[in-house]
Amino acid sequence: MKAFRIFGRNIRDGFKSVGRNLSLSLASISCITITLLIVAIALIVSYNVESVTKRVKQDFTVVAFINTKATKDQVNELKNEIQNYNNIESITYQSKKEIADEMKDTSSDLSKIIDSWSDETNPLYDTFLIKVKNTENISKTAKQISDLQMITDVKYGQGMVESLLSIFKGVEKAMIIAMLALVLVALFLITNTIKITIFSRKREIEIMRLVGASNFSIKQPFVIEGLCLGFLGSLIPIIITIYGYSAIYNHFSGQLFSPFFKLVSAEPFVYVVALILMGLGIIVGMIGSYKAVRKYLKI
Amino acid sequence: MEFIKFRNVDKTYKNGVNAIYNMNLDIKKGEFVFVIGASGSGKSTLIKMLYREEKPTSGEIYVGGVNVAKVKNSKVYKLRRKIGIVFQDYKLLPKLTVYENVAFALEIYGLPTEEVKRKVLKALDLVGLKARSKSYPDQLSGGEQQRVAIARAIVNSPKLLICDEPTGNLDPDTSLEVMKVIEKINDLGTTIVMATHDREMVDKMKKRVVLLDNGKLIKDYEKGSYSNYEGV
Repeated sequence: MKAFRIFGRNIRDGFKSVGRNLSLSLASISCITITLLIVAIALIVSYNVESVTKRVKQDFTVVAFINTKATKDQVNELKNEIQNYNNIESITYQSKKEIADEMKDTSSDLSKIIDSWSDETNPLYDTFLIKVKNTENISKTAKQISDLQMITDVKYGQGMVESLLSIFKGVEKAMIIAMLALVLVALFLITNTIKITIFSRKREIEIMRLVGASNFSIKQPFVIEGLCLGFLGSLIPIIITIYGYSAIYNHFSGQLFSPFFKLVSAEPFVYVVALILMGLGIIVGMIGSYKAVRKYLKI
Repeated sequence: MEFIKFRNVDKTYKNGVNAIYNMNLDIKKGEFVFVIGASGSGKSTLIKMLYREEKPTSGEIYVGGVNVAKVKNSKVYKLRRKIGIVFQDYKLLPKLTVYENVAFALEIYGLPTEEVKRKVLKALDLVGLKARSKSYPDQLSGGEQQRVAIARAIVNSPKLLICDEPTGNLDPDTSLEVMKVIEKINDLGTTIVMATHDREMVDKMKKRVVLLDNGKLIKDYEKGSYSNYEGV
């Protein structure tokens, strides 16, 4: 009962002092707001870039051309064998007839030529279309497949794929570093402003100690206050994220410039970002005030 | 029965300044003791060691049977709850009302709201400020602010009230007013230890006086035997 009463009073005091130290609280809140906005933008951009690279990677396909002399049984055997390699996501068989039919659709001139082919004169190969799990190892897997006896050739966009992969890798790395740096800067900025608000109340802490408040009960209202500040500071970035991103998404109808840069659909993405922002604000607010108060406690 | 005991207490600050030399002092329950001396004589250090803001370098200090020197930092609050402290600069929270300032000292113990209210009003009544309970400190005069600080110090009915130059910022008339309040508290059975510069007032009050000089206790005047005109 006693503990609850103290806890209740600390919550009351935490909220009260946000209002009582309004100008300083506003300074903290606006600092949190701005840093969280930047974090929100970084989160949205990096997640979108990530989703684009992911989609491009999913389009990477290894095409294996099967020796014309292979029998049906051999083809099935081959398929099973390739399927057992550990980097294989999926494998589909495409007969030369299917490929010819597909090509016919692309132009009428071509379709006339193709129509003249019979099963025997069709110069195309039966193929396997193979998707790999890990695109990093695509060349290794392609080599493995091309070593098979009944495979005459393997194509996966050699050269192009490698350079794309290395670009993606670089972009991803840069994104992670930028995100980490931003979060660190946000942490630093927020803890510092909160520290300043609390440093100005050094006296309050001193008096609390003098009248016999335990370290724990001194810290509690400040930590709750930090929680409030973090929460209030995250509101504007959350609103901007939810409405702003949805508006951008609708305005560009889901893609930037070309279908290649498809945006991540607004829901539930914005809510996840909103949750992250709120969590970040609250946690950083609490850590900031905890650290600041600790400085004035003899422990 | 000795309520406060100093036994061979030495205090040297970390920067090498010697504040207290080999001090022995006994204070009985319910006594009213003035600690006087020039600036730098060790008055404040003595007071600070009583409420365990400073630790003696060697020796023992007992307050109500507890060896204060041995109290851990994290347990200091338990000691502080048993003593009231009044400072020269009042140390009131400017953003809290008079009532809240006093209630603050009780709420941290988790007392029920009704009990807090009863005790706070009683303490404010004792210092004669019940009518100002909704004011903020900066709306009060210096003497009134100090009385609020006294109310806060005694609201928990401590056995010991420590005062560090409580009248240092006040004019003589207001000082006397504050002293009257403290004397009233003493009459109710609370032991009082007060550091002060105000020799005139000490003279008027006719209490026990402890004179410090350069960290040494040089004279201990029995109740009423101190006179300002002795030339010390």
